[in-house]
Amino acid sequence: MNHFFNSKMYRWLDERLDLEPVKNLIVHKTVPVHKHTLWYYLGGVTLFLFFIQVFTGILLLMYYQPTEDTAYESIQFILNKVHFGWLIRNIHSWGANLMIFFAFVHMFSVFFTRAYEKPRELTWVSGFILLVLAMAFGFSGYLLPWNELSFFATKVGTDIVGTIPLIGEKLKIIIRGGDDVSGATLSRFFGLHVAILPALFTMLLALHLSLVQRQGVSEPWFFKMLPEIKKRYISFFPDFVMRDMLLWLIINLIILSLAVFYPWNLGLKADPLSSAPLGIKPEWYFMFMFQTLKFLPPHLLGIEGETLGVLFFGLVAILWMMLPFIKIKNKFLYQHRFTPLLGILGLVFIIVMTILGYIL
Amino acid sequence: MKSNRRSFINLLLGVGSIGALAATLYPILSYLIPPKIREPKVTALKAGKVDDLKLNSAKIIRFGRVPVILIRADSGQYFALSATCTHLECIVQYESSRKQIICACHNGVYDLSGRNVSGPPPRPLDEYLVHVIDNEVIIAERKV
Amino acid sequence: MHMSRKLLLLFIVFQIFNLNRGYSATGIDSLKISTSCFICHKETENLPADISPDDAHLQAAISCAGCHGGDDTSDDPDISMSRTHGFKGVPLKKDIPQLCGKCHSDINFMRKYQPRMATDQVDQYFQSIHGKQLLRGDQKVADCTSCHTAHAIRPVSDPRSSVYALNLPATCNHCHGDSMLMSKYKLKSDAYKMYRSSVHGIALLDRKDTNAPACNDCHGNHGATPPGIESIAYVCGTCHMNNSQYFSESKMSKVFSSSGFHSCEQCHGHHYIIPPTDQMLGTDSSSVCIKCHKSGDAGYQAAKDIYDQVTGFAKLYAQAEQQLQEIRTKGMNDVEIGFTLQESRQHLIQLRTLVHTFDVGKISSKSAEGQKLLAGAIDMEKFEIKEFYWRRFGFGISTLAFVILIIALILKIRQKK
Repeated sequence: MNHFFNSKMYRWLDERLDLEPVKNLIVHKTVPVHKHTLWYYLGGVTLFLFFIQVFTGILLLMYYQPTEDTAYESIQFILNKVHFGWLIRNIHSWGANLMIFFAFVHMFSVFFTRAYEKPRELTWVSGFILLVLAMAFGFSGYLLPWNELSFFATKVGTDIVGTIPLIGEKLKIIIRGGDDVSGATLSRFFGLHVAILPALFTMLLALHLSLVQRQGVSEPWFFKMLPEIKKRYISFFPDFVMRDMLLWLIINLIILSLAVFYPWNLGLKADPLSSAPLGIKPEWYFMFMFQTLKFLPPHLLGIEGETLGVLFFGLVAILWMMLPFIKIKNKFLYQHRFTPLLGILGLVFIIVMTILGYIL
Repeated sequence: MKSNRRSFINLLLGVGSIGALAATLYPILSYLIPPKIREPKVTALKAGKVDDLKLNSAKIIRFGRVPVILIRADSGQYFALSATCTHLECIVQYESSRKQIICACHNGVYDLSGRNVSGPPPRPLDEYLVHVIDNEVIIAERKV
Repeated sequence: MHMSRKLLLLFIVFQIFNLNRGYSATGIDSLKISTSCFICHKETENLPADISPDDAHLQAAISCAGCHGGDDTSDDPDISMSRTHGFKGVPLKKDIPQLCGKCHSDINFMRKYQPRMATDQVDQYFQSIHGKQLLRGDQKVADCTSCHTAHAIRPVSDPRSSVYALNLPATCNHCHGDSMLMSKYKLKSDAYKMYRSSVHGIALLDRKDTNAPACNDCHGNHGATPPGIESIAYVCGTCHMNNSQYFSESKMSKVFSSSGFHSCEQCHGHHYIIPPTDQMLGTDSSSVCIKCHKSGDAGYQAAKDIYDQVTGFAKLYAQAEQQLQEIRTKGMNDVEIGFTLQESRQHLIQLRTLVHTFDVGKISSKSAEGQKLLAGAIDMEKFEIKEFYWRRFGFGISTLAFVILIIALILKIRQKK
C-alpha cells in the first residue's frame, strides 16, 4: 500500500487535490469482525449489481427503440441478431431481480442488527428510498419490451394506483400518459427508467455511501459492549475490499450462469385489443402486495378493499421508513425487546404472501 | 519459499485478472459492432423500389412472422394483404388474368381489398397499408 | 245425416285420435293470422303436427287456402272447406310438386316475395330420379315436403331448416339410410355412414365448416342425380380445381374415360373420402397405382419415381419441422426458419397436388425447387443449434477465467491472514 501512496501518480494528484483525507480513510478505515460480519457485504453486493445494471442498461440503449411500433422488435433484434445481445439482455433481466432481492436482504440485515439506530437514521431513510426507487426501476423497466406480459402487468399495476383516494385517478393518468396504457406510457416509462430514476438513484446513493464512509461501519450492541482488546477488526483496504471483490466475482458468475441456462422469454408482442392472459402476475417483488390485495374483500367498512390495501401498505412503508425515529413509552422503538419480532412478522408476511401468489 | 508462493499467487492473480477482463470485454466489444442486418424488420417494412414490381403482378414477402402478398394493380396502385388463406391457411397467389387473389387449395377467391368473394374462405384477408415514400414501397401494419 | 253433422262427427273422432299435438302453441300465438282456417283449427287444437311459427309461408301471410284451397273468409266449415269453393284437403303425394309449383314456378308471383328466387325447382325435380319415380306412381319417393317439410318450411340459410347445410345429410338419410327401403331400388343405404366419417363429413358436421360439401353440392338439389362418369372430375373440381385440371390434362384422364373408370372416385372413393396419404402412391400393397400398373410397364416406374419424390420431400420437411421445435425449446431464433418452413409447406401441398399430372418431370422439378428452400431452412437450423452449444462453450471458457481469478483471490486473502 505504501508503494501506492509513494507512487508518482499519487503524488501528482495529491499536489493538486490534497488527497490526505481520502488517504486517511483508506488507510485507517476498519470493519468489525464478529458473527454477523458476513451481512456487511450485502450493501456492496447490491452496489455491484447496480453497476451491472447501469452498464448493461447503457449497452441495451445502443439498440433499443422506445416506441410502440418497434420496441418489441428491437428487443427481438437484440436477442436474435446482435452479437451477444442475448447475453446483455439476460444479464440485465436477471441483474434487476437479484439487485432488488439483495436490497431487501441488506435492509432486513440492517434491521435485525439494529444498525439504523442513532446516529445512522438518515442512512436508513436514504436506504429505504433507494429500495423504493429500485422497485420503480423494476416496474418501469418491465414495460419496455412491450410484450403481452409487461403490457398487462403495467395495466394492472397502474389500475391499483388509481385506487388511492382523492389523487389516485389523476395520478394514474399522469403515470400512464393518458387514460390507457399506450405508446405514451412507454415513452414515459422509458424516460423514467433511463433518466429520471438514474439521476435520483445516483444522488441518493452518493448520500447513502458518503454517510457510511463518514460514520464508519456500524457495530452491533454485543460488539460495542466488548472490552477494547477483545474487539477484532480488519482493515477496509485491502482486506475487506478483497473479500468484497471475491463475493462480487462469485455473484458475477452466478448471473452469467443464470443468463446462459435460464434465459428470459420475450413472449408475444403486446396487443392492446386482446384480453389479458390468464393468471397475470406482477414480478415477485410486488407479489406480496398483489396477493394481499387479492385476499381483501371488495368492500370493508364502506371503503373499497383495494383502496384499503393500498393505504395500508403506504402507511406501513412510511412507518418502516421512520423506524429510527419512532418512540414508544419514551423509549425508541428499537430499544424495545419486541422490535425484532415485528421484523420477523413482516418478513414472514412477505415470504408467505409471495409464495401464495405463485401457488394459488 | 514464501516469496515463491507469493509470486505464484500474484501470477495467478494476474493471469486470472487478464482472463476475466478478456472474458468480459470480448462480448461487450462484439456487441457494439453492428450486425449485418442493421435494423429490426419492423412494423413498417421496406419492400423495394416503386418500379421493382411490374404492373398487374405480385410478390410474397415476410412481414415479421407472417407472409404478406404485395400486389401492383394495372393502375400502378399497390395493395398489401395477408397471404394466409382464411380457410385452411394455405398461401394465396395473385391471378393476373382475373385480377383476383386465389387460393389454389380449395379454389377460394378474394378481391384486391381482401374481401372473400367466392369459395370456402369464411373471412376476408387482413389489409396492410402501403406507402410510397421517396420511390420506396413501404408496408405498414393497419392501425385499428 | 247432414254433411255438416257428418263432418262434426268426423271431427270429434279425429280429435280423440289427435290428443297429442307436436306444435308449440305459444309460438303460434305470436302470429297474427286472421284467416278462418287458422283461427278455427287453432281453437280446436287441430293445427298440423309439424306447424311452426317460423314457417316461411306463415311468415309471408300466405293463407292455408293458398295451398289447400277453400274459402278462408268464412267461419262456416260447409263453405270454407267445400269442394265447390276449391277445397283440396290433404293433397295426394303425386300432386304435391304441381301444387308447390303453382306458385314456385311462377316468377310473376314469386317476385312479389323474393325477386331473385329461382323458379325452376319443379322442372328440375321432374328431371331427377325422385321426380321420375313419382311419375311412375312411387309412394315412397321424396317429394317437396319430404325434404322441406309441409308446415315448417324455413329458408335454406336458417340453421333450423331441414335443408340447412349442417342438417341436410340427416334429411337425405331419412330415406337413403333405410336399408329396407333402399333395397327395393337395389341401392345401398350406407351413404350417410360413409360420408359421416369422411373428410367432408367431418369438416361439415364436426368442424361446422359450411363450405364443405353436403349431399346436394355433388348430387344437385332438385335435380338430384348421382354425377355421371364424365362429370365426376368437374364436380370435385368445383373446389379442388387444380387437382381436377391437372388430372384432365394428364395422360391418365383419357385412359380412365375410355376404360370406364370414375376419374377422382376411382382412387379417392365417393362418400367415404379419407385424407389421402403418400402411401397411396408407389408400388407396395397400399398403393392405388398397382391396381392397374404391373412391374415392367412405364406407369409402374412412374409410380415409383413419384412416390420417391413426394415421400423424400415430405420426410425432409418433417425433419426440418422437428428440428424447428427443438430450436424453439432451446429458445433460439425461429423467426426466419418458421417463415421458410411455411413456404416449404406450401411447396409440399403443391407437390402433392401435382401428383395428379402423373408427370414425373413436373413433379421432380417442383420437388427440387422445394428442396432448395428446405435446404436453406435446414442450414439456418444447423446454425442456430451450433450457436446454442457455442454459447455454452463460451460460458465454460469465461467461467474458467473467472474461477482462476477467484481461486487466486482466495489464496491472496489467505496469505494476508
